[in-house]
Amino acid sequence: MVEFNLPANSKVGVGKTINAANGAKRAKSFKIYRWTPDDGQNPRVDTYIVDLDKFGPMVLDAIIYIKNNIDSTLTFRRSCREGICGSCAMNIDGLNTLACLKAIEDIKGDVKIYPLPHMPVVKDLVPDLKHIYAQLASIKPWLQTQSPAPSRERLQSPEDRAKLDGLYECILCFCCSTSCPSYWWNGDRYLGPSILLQAYRWIVDSRDEMTGERLDNLEDPFRLYRCHTIMNCTKACPKGLNPAKAIAEIKKLMVQRR
Amino acid sequence: MANGSGRPLSPHLQVYKFEWTMALSITHRITGVGLAVGTLLLTWWLVAAAAGPESFARAQKFIGSGLGLLLMFGWTWALFYHLAAGIRHLVWDAGYSFELKEAELGGKIVAGASLGLTILAWIIGLAVW
Repeated sequence: MVEFNLPANSKVGVGKTINAANGAKRAKSFKIYRWTPDDGQNPRVDTYIVDLDKFGPMVLDAIIYIKNNIDSTLTFRRSCREGICGSCAMNIDGLNTLACLKAIEDIKGDVKIYPLPHMPVVKDLVPDLKHIYAQLASIKPWLQTQSPAPSRERLQSPEDRAKLDGLYECILCFCCSTSCPSYWWNGDRYLGPSILLQAYRWIVDSRDEMTGERLDNLEDPFRLYRCHTIMNCTKACPKGLNPAKAIAEIKKLMVQRR
Repeated sequence: MANGSGRPLSPHLQVYKFEWTMALSITHRITGVGLAVGTLLLTWWLVAAAAGPESFARAQKFIGSGLGLLLMFGWTWALFYHLAAGIRHLVWDAGYSFELKEAELGGKIVAGASLGLTILAWIIGLAVW
């Protein structure tokens, strides 16, 4: 359902400001969404003014610095710090991306950081991914076969293998799904760009033998066809993939098999 | 999404950068609604024509007024925008124009064509009026 306004318990207030940049040559404000389940308060935006000469060039470096040196309660996910794990996906400067791949110097003015949009918040920048993981499981993201297992690997020609390029690189950070207005309004039933790209990755795999069943599962006004080619997904993807194109390919296959 | 957990919903429209991708998409939907409303105006005009000279004169007077012309102009633009964006969707459905640069160019063509065709239609319309 389309609901433009946030529910009453989600309205964002103004929080505290901490200036930790005394004597800094290069000071910058980081405005960060905060919410904790412990105090019964609404979310708020805290401002941390920090010295850019104290840490590395990426937004992730900044929030790790803030957590280690200024406010240890600041909560976020991160792991690899090089764009391969997908943990530090968040909304930075109005766009979804990975904090570890987003250079601070590319952001004019204050750095505004929010959790991935339109998601239940566990704490601060940590969204609850239970529902989207369940959606991923629903498309059975693994190789399904009916023929007896061969004595060696299931082989694939270089041409068939090339069809997986632009799909297998997805790291499931969900920047795309949570950038999609269709997913915001209908995320309970619409699978969203990330899950549909995953679905296409198995549909197009020459070794998979359940293509028909996979398409049957997606033949639904909501699960697939809530995509209106808004293209926010492709713009957001920090890996440069094209979920909109993958969804279009699924739609084409739906027509071709009639 | 209702989650029943007491967890807040993270901001979405409030914080997401409004980009051409979103603007063109929502305009397609708004013009679609506008066209439905515009059809009411057309229906009124046709019904008035069938009802007799007096009611037809009244409809003509409204449509020829400043407000009527403004509505007609908006409706013409909505028609051409919705048409052009519809063709863009047809291209997408055929599997083309998904690279960001192509999609951006497509958007510009749609915006430009809708304005150009609207102005052209009005030049022709006013010339024969």
